[in-house]
Amino acid sequence: MAVIRDVMPVFELFQPASLQEALTLVDKYRRDAWVMAGGLDSFDWLKDRTKRTSVVIDLSQTRELRGVKEVNGGLEIGATTTLTEVVRHPSVRDKFGLLMQAAELVASPQIRNQGTLGGNVSQDTRCWYYRSGWSCYRAGGNICYADTPTAINREHAILHADRCVAVSPSDTAPALIALEAQMVLRSVGGERVVEAEDYFLGPDLDITRMNVLRPNELLVAIRIPATWAGAQFYFEKVRDRNVWDFPLVNVASAQTGTPARIEKIRLAVGAVAARPLRLAAVETAVAGQPRTEATADMAGRLAVDGAQPLRYNGYKIPLMRNLVKRAIRGTGEQATT
Amino acid sequence: MNFLTWGRNPWGQTIATHVSWSLLYASLFAGLMFLVAHASYMILSAHRKRSQAETDALEAAHKDLPVHIERHSFMARAFHWVMAASMFTLLFTAFLPIIGVKFAWVRWHWIAGLVLTGAIIYHIIHATFFLDFWSIWVGPRDIPEMKAEFLRELGHDVPGPKSGKYPLGNRLYHLAILVVGLSAAITGIFMMNRVRTPLFARNPYVLTDGTWSWIYVTHGLAGVGLVGLVIAHVYFAVRPEKWWITKGMIFGWITRRQYLEHHDPQRWKVQPEKGRA
Repeated sequence: MAVIRDVMPVFELFQPASLQEALTLVDKYRRDAWVMAGGLDSFDWLKDRTKRTSVVIDLSQTRELRGVKEVNGGLEIGATTTLTEVVRHPSVRDKFGLLMQAAELVASPQIRNQGTLGGNVSQDTRCWYYRSGWSCYRAGGNICYADTPTAINREHAILHADRCVAVSPSDTAPALIALEAQMVLRSVGGERVVEAEDYFLGPDLDITRMNVLRPNELLVAIRIPATWAGAQFYFEKVRDRNVWDFPLVNVASAQTGTPARIEKIRLAVGAVAARPLRLAAVETAVAGQPRTEATADMAGRLAVDGAQPLRYNGYKIPLMRNLVKRAIRGTGEQATT
Repeated sequence: MNFLTWGRNPWGQTIATHVSWSLLYASLFAGLMFLVAHASYMILSAHRKRSQAETDALEAAHKDLPVHIERHSFMARAFHWVMAASMFTLLFTAFLPIIGVKFAWVRWHWIAGLVLTGAIIYHIIHATFFLDFWSIWVGPRDIPEMKAEFLRELGHDVPGPKSGKYPLGNRLYHLAILVVGLSAAITGIFMMNRVRTPLFARNPYVLTDGTWSWIYVTHGLAGVGLVGLVIAHVYFAVRPEKWWITKGMIFGWITRRQYLEHHDPQRWKVQPEKGRA
């Protein structure tokens, strides 16, 4: 393991007060710049000294990136809005409880006070082989130490692995995918908006990055349309301990319908692949179906179709299957069991 | 410019991970510069086929030869085009992601690699047992031809030896592609131990880190080398004065006149057509 030191290596620190300033800095330094929001992922990397940078752009002073706005019945959440602010915001609680549930299960209260929504979705994977600074695929090398006959890979991927078997550790990402959120990316040259499910990258497309952010871009906001406002939501996260832990598997769903029938559903899971996965095949299969144990069972089996366990993570297959089943069944009055 | 990229393994050892991808651009640049230099030179160069009078005389003396002379059998052409398709697939899947075109390339890459390897094995057997094996190799016996060709390149009208079935450039290229292509194929087969395929149980520990370093570096060097070699090959295939060779690889035959213009009938012996005299 890398040695965590108290003193970080020297770097030049910028704390832009405006978004324009931040964008100019990102444009100027590009790959040399380390963009920091809450710092919870960044400080680990920098103190471990497994990644170094000459320039840190700290967005904590950029007020324009913070806050929740209501837009056309939906929400626009600034990328540096803290997870606690997201959890406590009345509109999030009233209309998009799925995001509230997901954000509330991130790590611990102290971390949620500091950690941001943008940081939570953009954080790097927690694969300890990668974070130890060895030259694995994700670090630009030519091996995955987590996918060897002797590797300890209990937390790693069961789906869509391509050389690298690291997983996305975000809890809010599956919820945002289920809510059809959009990521607003801005550079000096302009703005582009990508669907939340397209924001994340698997190793098949780019083995060294986890999202589509370009070196000259910032994630400035997350837009949640009104589409699923007030729908029936389900979020569940399974982890080794009840607080301050990353998910072993998490599931998020938004659905409409009656207690007897599922009309429409969006479903996503996290921590089973390098990117949070939208389960489009399951959505199609259960839409219009009766909300029964048989439908839930079919959805669970379909969800894990093609899963390939590693040596120590075979348990993730039944875990994911059962979480999807529970998401289909729903909770409260809508629940089938 | 660094030629290799280095990393650190769990035992704290420094290991070479692969060649620097700057070499890709170097190979591209070298290939393109070769094209420019050669194309410029060819504008000024003397043409190297036999003179019309000499060819007329030869044609009169070889009226018994068929009008169309088989240059490549169907199976030889099939091998060539399968190899070409797999080679392009390999190069595009290897290097497009490096230059920024992102797609899921790994599966296509190893499948194309297996096709190429199969084609190479077939070619080795076919060439050894069914073709004139030695006609493609370069050896000491080719020194007079090499000297004559060199002088012709310099614009001299040299009456000396002509090539057998394959021009000297063909044979030298074959030698280069043999070394580079086999290096890429053999190292690639080993590298399949590091990706998930139905053929190998994934195990990156079958070789030591040091050996893997050499395999990756060799594969990378062969890959970037192939970029330059393929550029040169395509360039020669489309050059107007070489088009008759390319057509031979498509249709399988060249004309009697082309045969006599460019080859030494003593070194590439063609059987006379029965009933012609």
